[in-house]
Amino acid sequence: MEVSRDPAAADSMISRLFTFKGGVKPESHKDESATAPIRTAPLPSQLIIPLRQSARAMARSVVEPGQRVLKGQVIAAAEGAMCTALHAPTSGTVRAIEPQPVPHPSGLPAPSIIIDPDGEDRWIELQAFDYRRVTPEQTRDYLRDCGVVGLGGAGFPSHVKLGPGEKGIETLILNGAECEPWITCDDRLMRERADMILGGASIMRHITGARRILIGIEDNKPQAIESMQAAVRHMGEADIEVVTVPTLYPAGGEKQLIRVLTGIEIPYGKLGTHFGLQCFNVGSAHAIFRAVEHGEPLVSRILTLSGNMANPGNFEVRIGTPIRELLPVAGPRADTDRYLMGGPMMGVTLESLDMPVVKGTNCILAGSPVLFPPPSPEMPCIRCGACAQVCPAELQPFDLYWFSRAKIFGKAQEYDLFDCIECGCCSYVCPSRIPLVDYFRFAKGEIWAREKEKAAADTARERYEFRLAREEREKEEKAAKLAAKTAAGREKAAAAIAVAEKPATAPEEDAKKALIAAALERAKAQKEQAHPGNTVNLRPEQQAEVAAIEERRAEIREMAKPHLRQED
Amino acid sequence: MNNSPYSLQPASVQSVMLRVLLALLPGIAAYVWFFGAAILVQIVLTSVTALAAEAAMLKLRGKPLMMFLTDGSALVTAWLIALSFPSIAPWWLTVLGTLLAIVVAKHLYGGLGQNPFNPAMVAFALMIVAYPSLMSQWPAVGAADFTQYMNAIFGLRQLDAITMATPLDALRTALHSADAPATVAGVLGSGASFGNIGGKGWEWIALAYLAGGLWLMQRRTITWHMPTAFLAILFAVSGLFSLIDPTQFAPPLFHVLTGGAMFAAFFIVTDPVSGAATPKGKLIFAAGAALLTWVIRTFGAYPDGIAFAVLLMNIAAPLIDMYTQPAVFGHKKPDGDTR
Repeated sequence: MEVSRDPAAADSMISRLFTFKGGVKPESHKDESATAPIRTAPLPSQLIIPLRQSARAMARSVVEPGQRVLKGQVIAAAEGAMCTALHAPTSGTVRAIEPQPVPHPSGLPAPSIIIDPDGEDRWIELQAFDYRRVTPEQTRDYLRDCGVVGLGGAGFPSHVKLGPGEKGIETLILNGAECEPWITCDDRLMRERADMILGGASIMRHITGARRILIGIEDNKPQAIESMQAAVRHMGEADIEVVTVPTLYPAGGEKQLIRVLTGIEIPYGKLGTHFGLQCFNVGSAHAIFRAVEHGEPLVSRILTLSGNMANPGNFEVRIGTPIRELLPVAGPRADTDRYLMGGPMMGVTLESLDMPVVKGTNCILAGSPVLFPPPSPEMPCIRCGACAQVCPAELQPFDLYWFSRAKIFGKAQEYDLFDCIECGCCSYVCPSRIPLVDYFRFAKGEIWAREKEKAAADTARERYEFRLAREEREKEEKAAKLAAKTAAGREKAAAAIAVAEKPATAPEEDAKKALIAAALERAKAQKEQAHPGNTVNLRPEQQAEVAAIEERRAEIREMAKPHLRQED
Repeated sequence: MNNSPYSLQPASVQSVMLRVLLALLPGIAAYVWFFGAAILVQIVLTSVTALAAEAAMLKLRGKPLMMFLTDGSALVTAWLIALSFPSIAPWWLTVLGTLLAIVVAKHLYGGLGQNPFNPAMVAFALMIVAYPSLMSQWPAVGAADFTQYMNAIFGLRQLDAITMATPLDALRTALHSADAPATVAGVLGSGASFGNIGGKGWEWIALAYLAGGLWLMQRRTITWHMPTAFLAILFAVSGLFSLIDPTQFAPPLFHVLTGGAMFAAFFIVTDPVSGAATPKGKLIFAAGAALLTWVIRTFGAYPDGIAFAVLLMNIAAPLIDMYTQPAVFGHKKPDGDTR
């Protein structure tokens, strides 16, 4: 089913919108926080900047405790392809570099740089970056060193996404859909800083060589749409279009938005670049603009404080601000029983309010038993199929639930478990109140753990088999050498006897001599036999080689030990 | 501590079941209009029996009593049994059927959500095999008053005066009788139990079920797949044979508006637990049930074949689902540009 577009935009690049299957329409709760302009959150008493950015990326600290830093100064350098630099969000002194609780599903503390602000909030010397004069690679490196990551939540490094990929990028998509209920930070940003967002988009177009830019915004944000359209007209660049998409959760999911705007479905395991597309959050475009045009590294972001709050709204918050210190600006109500990071559909419960705001934090939501009542007890699945009807990945969640619950993980994978984007639509509608997404998270985790284990066991087994084969080969070689030597010794002895026996001039004496000689020969041979190893009379380099081999062997044995035991 | 999503749409098994019960009301009203209040007595009988059996089984199985007793599933089974059994069946017949449905077909297989067979149809099939004559005595339109019905149900008096064969039964008997070969037109025109299209009264009840079913569809409790496929295939196959030999095969509208066809299309084959669940699977499941229904009605020994047809398709449901898994997002290949 295709939705025909607004006739006013009849001359637009795309003549029609596509739809994705499924989706739900939860109460949007946008008005609570969308009405007031973005405010600046006060400077907290300390800032906590975690070095770990993702499972694969951990920045390397370049500061020492006690060191004074300026706002925007690099405090940790990018290490590895998926990493970006970190910067001091204000001026002050590095107090410590130590593990701190960070907002991550694992709940494990991560090494973090803690800064005591000096209250001056003094910037480093800021300098615009002339991206037109350098290569795209240099601009990407610059963005990496400015710490720019996706601000939609996942925090994927922008410089990586701006890489050419397989086919190059033909279409840039800016995601302003913001489909999660309650969250309005992108809405406010689009209303107030549309020109900066477009500036960022223009820079991205320059880097990637993309032909067109599509900006998708849900139709429940008319002011943002208007503001962005006005900015597009004002900027006057060609092939930029603001596209109004129907409000339907999860239209802001990257794959869903790409589907709606282009009709292309990106399967699990593929990236937008495989299809000449790349999708960025509007906040990321804004951050890129500020980094390039103002020279400001990413040290703050806009986030929504809403839910059970007396004074909800959007705030420009320094990265590293402890959430506990941030909350008072929005006035959480007394009956607040929990805080979520992110929206109600995909957010996570904060285990501790001492956790800091990170670059991916788009919303802190205060929950109460009234707003988010505890779910009723889980009932058996009646296979009503409501979950399948709303699944935007077009899965059959009730089947996946059965397989996950019964731990039939192979079947779950066969039924495309990993295509699940954990949007929560299935749990949202399930009449049996089954926390389906939890089951899927569990199954995915189990499968990952098993595959990791299996990979480790495979490696150990390969090493073990290799060792056995090598030992076997060495044994054979030794045996062959030994056999050769023994045979040589016998021949020599036989030859000596023959020599002794041949000229019978003085038979008695000669015979004795011959016997002695033969005995000596035998003794010599025996002596040689007693040292059959190939480790004697070796040249020094050979000895070194043998030592190295022995060392490796011991190492492999050590490594193989736990796995061998496990396999038992 | 629960995880996301934190906001949930108000929904419960109870509300699903309640909607099904509500959707049955127009049909029940029409039933009462044409065949008297006996059906209400049967509904009370089956409901009380079902709830008692459910409570006993939950207790035996150590399950939370109130949570499951109030989920409405036992009531739905009870109402479906009452509506598919003859309304003048003796009380012990419906009670026995209900007990078998709840105790054997539902709880012995694992309770709510676990039963491979439609419990109401298990009850019907077992009872019609065990008591074929009692299960074939249906009330005539407006033939009796409430007292007579009560006498029939509670076994106080012979009930020949108020019973008659159902249209399907009458047609089958007439067509299959060896000595006086009849034609469909002749039988249907003979009045008695036949109305304008289907059975007298039954055609209106069928339309009332249709109304309730459409409402269920509109509320998205059921999808369009099953009812559409069931009615379409029943219509198509009976239409085809009626075209080939109109004297021996009843016309399609008669099939669709007679017996339990409409009731089954919206309330029986649509049972999610025992049926197929994928969109394509639903179509196949319902089409198979319709085909078997027509075959049993036309060539079988029982007046209506829905119960057997549904049970046979229940067996096939897991297989149907397995072979009709829809392609997921990004894995379709219509234009060859994905995957």
